[in-house]
Amino acid sequence: MFKAFLIKYAEIGVKGKNRHLFEDALVHQIKVAMKRCEGKFYVHKTQGRIFVEAETEFDYDEAVARLKQVFGIWGICPVVYAEDGGFEQLTKDVLDYVDKVYPDKKKTFKVNARRANKNYPKESMEINADLGEAILNAFPEMTVDVHEPDIMLNVEIREKIYIYSEIIPGPGGMPVGTGGKAMLLLSGGIDSPVAGYMIAKRGVKIDATYFHAPPYTSERAKQKVVDLARIVSQYTGPIYLHVINFTDIQLYIHEKCPHEELTIIMRRYMMRIAEQIAKETDCLGLITGESIGQVASQTMASLVCTNEVCELPVYRPLIGFDKQDIVDISEKIGTFETSIQPYEDCCTIFVAKHPVTKPNVKYIRRHEENLSEKIDELVKTALETQELIIVE
Amino acid sequence: MEVYLDNSATTQVFPEVAEAMTQIMCLKYGNPSSMHLKGMEAENQIRKAKETLAGILKCTEKEILFTSGGTESDNLALRGVAEAYKRRGKHLITTMIEHPAILQTMKYLEEQGFEVTYLPVDGSGRIRLEDLQAALREDTILVSIMHTNNEVGAQQPIAEAGALIKKYNPEILFHVDAVQGFGKAKVLPKKMNVDLLSVSGHKIHGPKGIGFLYVADKVRLKPILFGGGQQGNLRSGTENVPGIAGMAMAAKKLYDAYDADIDKLTQLKALMIEGLRQIENVQINGLLPEAPNGEGTAPHIVSASFRGVRSEVLLHALEEKGIYVSAGSACSSHKPQPSATLKAMGVEKVLLESTIRFSFSVFTTQEELEYTLSVLRELVPMLRMYTRKR
Repeated sequence: MFKAFLIKYAEIGVKGKNRHLFEDALVHQIKVAMKRCEGKFYVHKTQGRIFVEAETEFDYDEAVARLKQVFGIWGICPVVYAEDGGFEQLTKDVLDYVDKVYPDKKKTFKVNARRANKNYPKESMEINADLGEAILNAFPEMTVDVHEPDIMLNVEIREKIYIYSEIIPGPGGMPVGTGGKAMLLLSGGIDSPVAGYMIAKRGVKIDATYFHAPPYTSERAKQKVVDLARIVSQYTGPIYLHVINFTDIQLYIHEKCPHEELTIIMRRYMMRIAEQIAKETDCLGLITGESIGQVASQTMASLVCTNEVCELPVYRPLIGFDKQDIVDISEKIGTFETSIQPYEDCCTIFVAKHPVTKPNVKYIRRHEENLSEKIDELVKTALETQELIIVE
Repeated sequence: MEVYLDNSATTQVFPEVAEAMTQIMCLKYGNPSSMHLKGMEAENQIRKAKETLAGILKCTEKEILFTSGGTESDNLALRGVAEAYKRRGKHLITTMIEHPAILQTMKYLEEQGFEVTYLPVDGSGRIRLEDLQAALREDTILVSIMHTNNEVGAQQPIAEAGALIKKYNPEILFHVDAVQGFGKAKVLPKKMNVDLLSVSGHKIHGPKGIGFLYVADKVRLKPILFGGGQQGNLRSGTENVPGIAGMAMAAKKLYDAYDADIDKLTQLKALMIEGLRQIENVQINGLLPEAPNGEGTAPHIVSASFRGVRSEVLLHALEEKGIYVSAGSACSSHKPQPSATLKAMGVEKVLLESTIRFSFSVFTTQEELEYTLSVLRELVPMLRMYTRKR
């Protein structure tokens, strides 16, 4: 019965003079999302509202699922709309709506009419009263509650008449693209896809870098990362995934540096390389899935060491999260099942039995000097031989 | 150079088999149960395939039952027998080194109230007949032993086991999982006292999704699939006509060239073993103590443990050189669990995760193996340098 959705948006509403930019971005993101649904939709903005109207037959559940992935949407209201055929016709339509949507009539309600079309013969208050009366007469079990109604029945009178009462929660956040772009360090684990999701939710477009270490990590591990990026891209739009062959750098560090510091030094090079790609691709920051104390390389002392090699800000949205909190989000956004497939990633293959947990940044810098002979060349080669996968 | 040495996982379909199957799919596509000419054409394909397979096994045509592959054949044999004969007894015997299709089905039957004895194996991966003798009981209804182990290529003493079982009690049924053995050995169920025998199409250069179960005439099976009552009500579902024809054709090709092919494979295996021995710290698994060159084992499987190298890493390093092998067996290597077969054979714990399986086919050449060995000689010492420091 629903032929359209009214989109309620979150924080955009409080923006000032640039509000239209955010609205336009949201309209654009919704258009992109609806293109992937069965059916044709007309997405438009009128008088501070965004409407998604179906122009053809469509799959209601699929359309709602897609809209729930668009950042910036606070609520999705399924709407019934009718041509203006006089007040009698409207009363019939409203009663029909209530009857179909609420099979259980033991509910309180309130009619909330809005008359955007000021030529309509009745005023809002009058419409409220007359429709309320009609409902009470038709369904004696229903009662009015103007303060906390179970059903807030909205009737908007424009060129057409819109009737809606349900609000399906959207993901919140800001439309992707309104907040610039950042580079996500994407591994195959649980955390980094969630980190990307969280930052994208703030309106940030995401690119990603993955460090591949053949033959120590397999093609399947890489495929897993592409699969993860694909899931995240349902929310963020297309992701440019840069794949860096990290094997030679890793082996060189293994050869030249103390084994307990291997992971830290390796991560410093990952940050440097990711930052370089980020700068070349107009990203304004890096994103990692780090959380304090989760593993040896994510203690505060370790973060001092990995943080200092970057100029760009490093966004760590999960920094204060427990593992279970992260798992909960990854299950919600659909990355968990893919993340737990058992393929080694390049952080774990050479890991020392007892890696340093309180690395001293002075020692780390000094030991990195052991690499001076070849490392620049190796980094250059890694950047030059990167593979770009466009994931959408 | 591309070298495919994972033929125990699956094989390349013979091109002429693929072509024949295309013909059937596009032209003789009838449903064998249909009453018209198109249906009869399809039925004839099945009849021809049965003739071929019965000829190879030296059995009758009605003893061939088509299934979707090795797993279904094993399931049908075990569950079908257990269900049909449970009034006579609830004891089953198998080995510790079977394929998951057997082990998991046994586990299911245990949950249904059956008791299962798992026979151990010796260092070469073979069961001991005295263990089998000791395990047989009055209430034993079925013994299931694999013909050729998929991970190390150990061939079980099937004929001896069959004789022993029937001497103890001719009523006990004997099932053999011959998925790895069929095509690589003469498999004659009647001579070996085998009552049920599983075969898969894609291990013998036929297509995937097809297999068969040999069911001796006297065996009563309960079906595990219900439906239209095809194949004497034992296996409902429209027959996979192109698969059936393709599998039979592939089997025929293999057995027509049997002697020459087995000679060639045996030589290749000896060459591989000799080459591997020249690399330091490599152990070959599953050989008979009296036959260091591999005699008495499957001619197409070599299992080797490379001390100090993780098998997954070596596998991917070989992959980069175009060589495709397997770490343990394909079926268990998706999950990072040490191989049950190697464990049962008593292989040292540190070697369990350093084991690679090379498996050959009739397409494998000496040149390919020489290339593989030269790559291994280069890679193994290099990979040993970069390991987790303790």
